[in-house]
Amino acid sequence: MSGQLLTVDGLSVSLPTRTGYHKAVDDLSFALGEGEIMGIAGESGSGKTMTALSLFGLLPPGARVTGSIRLDGTELTGLGRKQLRAIRGRQIAMVSQDPATALHPILPIGTQLTEHMRYHLGVSKSEALSRAVGLLETVRIPDPEQALRSYAGQFSGGMRQRIAIAVALAAEPRLLVADEPTTALDVTVQAGILRLLDRLCRERGMAVIVITHDLGVMSATARRLCVMYAGRLAEAGPTAELLGRPRHPYTRGLLDALPHPEAGGAPLVPIGGRPPSLGDVPDGCPFHPRCRYAQPSCATGRPEPEPVGAAHLLACPPDPLRAAS
Amino acid sequence: MSGPAGAPLDPLSPAAVTTVGRRRRLRPVAPRPWRRPLALAGLAVIAAWVVIAIFAPVIASQNPLAQKFAILGAPSAAHWFGTDELGRDVFSRVLFGARITLPLAVILIIAAMIIGAVIGGIAGYFGGWVDNVLMRVADLVFAFPGIILALAIAAALGPQLRNAVIAVVFVSWPSYARLVRSLVLSARSAQYVVASRLLGASGPRILFTDIRPNAAGPVLVLAALDIGNAVLLLSGLSFLGLGAQPPTAEWGAMVAEGAQNFNDWWVGLFPGLAILSVVLAFNFIGDALRDMLDPRTARAVRL
Amino acid sequence: MTEPVLRLDAVAVEYGRRGEKVRAVDGVDLAVARGEIVGLVGESGCGKSTLARAAVGLEPLAAGRVSFEGHDVAFTGRRRRPGYLRGLQMVFQDPYESLNPRRKVGEIIADGARLGGGTRQAALRRAAELLKRVGLPEGAVDSYPHEFSGGQRQRIAIARTLAAGPSCLIADEPISALDASAQAQIANLLSELVDDADLGLILVSHDLSVVRQVADRVAVMYLGRIVEIGDTETVWGNPRHPYTEALVAAIPHADGSGVLPADLPGDVPDPANPPSGCRFHPRCRLVTGSCRELDQRLAPALGREIACHVRAGSAASAATGAADRPAPDS
Repeated sequence: MSGQLLTVDGLSVSLPTRTGYHKAVDDLSFALGEGEIMGIAGESGSGKTMTALSLFGLLPPGARVTGSIRLDGTELTGLGRKQLRAIRGRQIAMVSQDPATALHPILPIGTQLTEHMRYHLGVSKSEALSRAVGLLETVRIPDPEQALRSYAGQFSGGMRQRIAIAVALAAEPRLLVADEPTTALDVTVQAGILRLLDRLCRERGMAVIVITHDLGVMSATARRLCVMYAGRLAEAGPTAELLGRPRHPYTRGLLDALPHPEAGGAPLVPIGGRPPSLGDVPDGCPFHPRCRYAQPSCATGRPEPEPVGAAHLLACPPDPLRAAS
Repeated sequence: MSGPAGAPLDPLSPAAVTTVGRRRRLRPVAPRPWRRPLALAGLAVIAAWVVIAIFAPVIASQNPLAQKFAILGAPSAAHWFGTDELGRDVFSRVLFGARITLPLAVILIIAAMIIGAVIGGIAGYFGGWVDNVLMRVADLVFAFPGIILALAIAAALGPQLRNAVIAVVFVSWPSYARLVRSLVLSARSAQYVVASRLLGASGPRILFTDIRPNAAGPVLVLAALDIGNAVLLLSGLSFLGLGAQPPTAEWGAMVAEGAQNFNDWWVGLFPGLAILSVVLAFNFIGDALRDMLDPRTARAVRL
Repeated sequence: MTEPVLRLDAVAVEYGRRGEKVRAVDGVDLAVARGEIVGLVGESGCGKSTLARAAVGLEPLAAGRVSFEGHDVAFTGRRRRPGYLRGLQMVFQDPYESLNPRRKVGEIIADGARLGGGTRQAALRRAAELLKRVGLPEGAVDSYPHEFSGGQRQRIAIARTLAAGPSCLIADEPISALDASAQAQIANLLSELVDDADLGLILVSHDLSVVRQVADRVAVMYLGRIVEIGDTETVWGNPRHPYTEALVAAIPHADGSGVLPADLPGDVPDPANPPSGCRFHPRCRLVTGSCRELDQRLAPALGREIACHVRAGSAASAATGAADRPAPDS
């Protein structure tokens, strides 16, 4: 594996609420190499979106960040606005979940594409335009020349998401962060986007972080997976292993809650209860109130991620699923 | 059956960012009333005036109509606000004036609110030609500057306090009608209204049970902000001789007297300050109400 | 099959768009029996939500008829919905919009009972019972909707429909706005209620996997038409219409295999301008010359009904692969 492109070490993000500061992300660490696709999975309140935003310095006002985020050696936390602007788009880019609002409704697509390019790459207008055509071809938008002159509202949701990806790629970033990129899309459209992301990663050597609650999407795209719960890392490792032989009860619970082709007619098995909201995180292991295997020791003492196999981290000291794997 | 939500009702903490499915809801934190000094001052002022209005006969040192004192005497220990051109104690008259202005303004606004709400509600719910006709009438009233139209109506009905009140009500109802109509229009397509329709609710029932609670907030805010206006209009009409008639101790009429006795500044100043204090107070209260209700209004009614 | 509680016959729904009429639903036949869950799936623009609304009387029909327990389900507009339709209720997609934020939960649910006649006290008592039935504490009657999560609100909405004593429910994307855990919980709840109260349920969803788990029969819609309908396992396990095949192949599986789901090229056509002949033919991998002219309607084949003459035709001949050879495109 090539040298690490992105290293996140002990990242914690605290947000101000009516009852004081609470951690939305709690001591998260992971690393990502060039050209790798990694997934961050979790439900609401897991901290996955805050993690993404912290990579860009786009946290809500008042948020406090501790820990380190190093992109290719450069420390991102604590950077000034000007430096962040130089990095956003050029080194990291983001695609978010709502294709309706990701694109500017009034500017023509061509302008949205070339704007980034010219700012970051300093190319001439004609050069930018021809690159823009190339980008639209890459994301398989039919008739790119016409598309440049069109507006966001003229495209369907799936097309808009492709264009948003093209915009994200405009300045040739090394890392693409996709936050729920296909949640709002139909399943066939989603398939197209997932294939596109996979191809881009292979062709451009671009690293991708896919953030989603949909384990099916994870399984199809991400090589490695981090499962987050209540701001903390529950389990991390190769996707095939985590989804095939999960060790954390939460991961197991997520998988069990999915409809199985074989189950046919049997009720779905959801995880009882709800994920904790900000500031309401239980002591000890945050998952223990909902955990089938909880023991008294789970209510005290914070579980830390420990290695349990090749590149597999688990934050569950009792490790009740060890035998199953 | 799978376990129900384990913990009992879990209130979402304000200013917490919760993501459910694809949706993100940021709950705004509206400052509590006790953190708004202007609104508190406004409430204090109005409360003071209410007390004064109730206890005027006790507080006032003199009968407001008694014309037995020195004419145009400057403020002194005996007469805190001086005396007017007919030898009446200005202080007492100001206190008694509260008994006219405050209740009338409140009644007036309530009347305008009810009339406007009913008309706006009918227009909004039924739409079509009913809506058109009613809103054109409202537009007609809107077309005239309030004071001018009120003047014309009061003059036509005859110079009397009761007619001034009618005139101001007539001039005020369209704002409520317009507001309620737009609230009803947006609420009409709200899913909870559709759900009620599916359960067999009739139009009037939906208006009253489903839409009214959501409309109440903005309407009350408008009313609070409007009372100040009502006070001004009422006093204005009396100032012009079309409202309260002499010898009634009403602030607007008293200011008119003060205009005629300009050099004796106390005659007009104190009633003027009284009007000012009440209008400002209601404005501050109304502003605070609107801010408090705003984030919830935006959520409750899709405008 | 037992007498259906809700029948749609040749239903068509139009809407106007810049002067022209667009058919969002074009000739759909569907029936639901009590105790049965029919899943209605399809992607954006297929018209399933419009169909759901028409089935409940919220949309005027351009053609066809909807009947509930023998009564005509007509569009009521602003007039009061007739009492004989009380048994036909709807669960909406957005649990944040379908509950009045200014009313107490108990009152909201009690509406269902009160509007059928009955005292307020009795209705509130029923509301408390129903809250328990859907897995919420009885004390919730005095709370407001904003105190609950999305999943809990959806339960409240379901309790409201139950208060009307329904025999048929239409659920329009009831779980798509919810968390993963809540989705499974609500899907289970609906399934249970269908069994306990012997309800008919039309479950509209774009989440194919949940529909597969919970529905007895499934109907697949494309551009205003049903293209395949049959028992869930038959349709899912062995889809025969090319669009259904594409849908099933596009679902990613959480098995860690890293297999990318199959793509369906092209875009959904504008419903104002549907393709000639078979509506799916521009994107179909089995397209033949006649597909451009022949507008195949649903016909029984292979244990279900499909709208594809290529596949339906091949069912007559025993060979499985021979008849599926695509003709060269021009």
